[in-house]
Amino acid sequence: MVTKSLHARHDELAETNKQLKILNGGIFAEGELPYFKDKIGNTGHFPLKPKKLEILQINVGYMCNQICEHCHVDAGPDRKEIMTRETMQLCLEVIRNTGAHTLDLTGGAPEMNPNFRWFVEEAAKAGIQDFIVRSNLTIIRANGKYRDLPEFFKKHNVHVVSSMPHYTKGKTDKQRGDGVFDKSIKALQDLNAIGYGLPNSDLQLDLVYNPSGAFLPGDQVAMENDFKKALKEDFDIQFHNLFAITNLPIARFLDYLIASENYEDYMYALVEAYNPSAVENVMCTNTISVSWDGWLYDCDFNQMLDLKVTSKINHIKDYNEDILNDRNIIISQHCYGCTAGAGSSCQGSVT
Amino acid sequence: MVVLTIPVNQGLGNDSLIKISTKKYTMANTYYDAADLRKFGKITDWSEELGTKFFDYYGKVFEEGALSAREKSLIALAVAHVVKCPYCIDAYTKDGLQKGITKEEMMEAVHAGAAIESGATLVHGVQMMNKYNKLSM
Repeated sequence: MVTKSLHARHDELAETNKQLKILNGGIFAEGELPYFKDKIGNTGHFPLKPKKLEILQINVGYMCNQICEHCHVDAGPDRKEIMTRETMQLCLEVIRNTGAHTLDLTGGAPEMNPNFRWFVEEAAKAGIQDFIVRSNLTIIRANGKYRDLPEFFKKHNVHVVSSMPHYTKGKTDKQRGDGVFDKSIKALQDLNAIGYGLPNSDLQLDLVYNPSGAFLPGDQVAMENDFKKALKEDFDIQFHNLFAITNLPIARFLDYLIASENYEDYMYALVEAYNPSAVENVMCTNTISVSWDGWLYDCDFNQMLDLKVTSKINHIKDYNEDILNDRNIIISQHCYGCTAGAGSSCQGSVT
Repeated sequence: MVVLTIPVNQGLGNDSLIKISTKKYTMANTYYDAADLRKFGKITDWSEELGTKFFDYYGKVFEEGALSAREKSLIALAVAHVVKCPYCIDAYTKDGLQKGITKEEMMEAVHAGAAIESGATLVHGVQMMNKYNKLSM
């Protein structure tokens, strides 16, 4: 079980250039597998260009109460990168003027940012159509000061999206830490109790499933049915949608793949499952990702690899949607994770 | 006593290990190599029509039908054990994980296969009994 972030362990994989070296080398450099650039080039998708901006995703910090084995953020209690109120002010300016219909707050555990509630209150005033907070559930049960989060979310009509790797305790705790399953169940019951996730309720509660190991997610609809049946029967829990998300080979998941000698097989599986129609809808074509310190990225994964957008606008302080949208999206071999099978995004499958 | 070792050559940046495995475990020394599973599709190279027909059929069989894809995956896992195919065991353990099948379900499927296999042996005991009775006064 992982107890510290790669950063706190001073692991060489904490360095993004080391990760990129692995993703660009080995089986790809030797020609065993094609580079992502060449693969999408074959179907006329290179260079990858943005479409209309729909989602503004803001990462308010890498601090988290959990240390999940697969975390692509390398988040944890030891991470100190937290968005300041000043940067949040800059984000609010953008939120008030953006053409995007969805605001998506993520982390770390976004709730651990000391200005989180103020930021949500201010952002909610902008009247954005869909306001998502990615909550890991256990935070709600972690400490008394977070217990009222469900009510707070309800007050601001926040759409809650939460991770739940499996409907059984063993698999969940193995990936996310001991006790996570029981706390998550309790938190889901708390959310259900005030109306979240119930059929016909406007209080949207979605779950994120990502595989707890070196394999790809199965069919999203079949998984959703299994989760709904099991959670309802065993714990009387209801939710709206299940998003099946593929683990991308970066940060702690990359570390796990290498340490468990699954890296090559996993990359083969991703490349074999390449789906050109998923490329049409990959999330980097409709999303801008903002980091805790205000830099702009094509997606949260590129943020974690420190691959800033290739545009003269690359910081929130200079934000200009039209200029930003006229850019080439940065790609590398981790992108195969978003084009495998039914495709993968923060909103689940894309086909 | 001969100890069989599966070659470990998936490591990154560990050239000496890769060299050792390549040198030591050539085709002459091992019948099964986990990496060969990836090459399954290549059987089509030497007989395109039959290979293609097989993979079309194979793909169709495992689609959602009167049985769910999940149920078929568990059947495949049980059969994989009965026919003792290491490639199939790797493939359908992974497929089961992808479909959210639990380890308890997988092990029960293996037992279902094992029970039929041992039952198939034991039911021949009736033949033995028949023959015994026929030959005995």
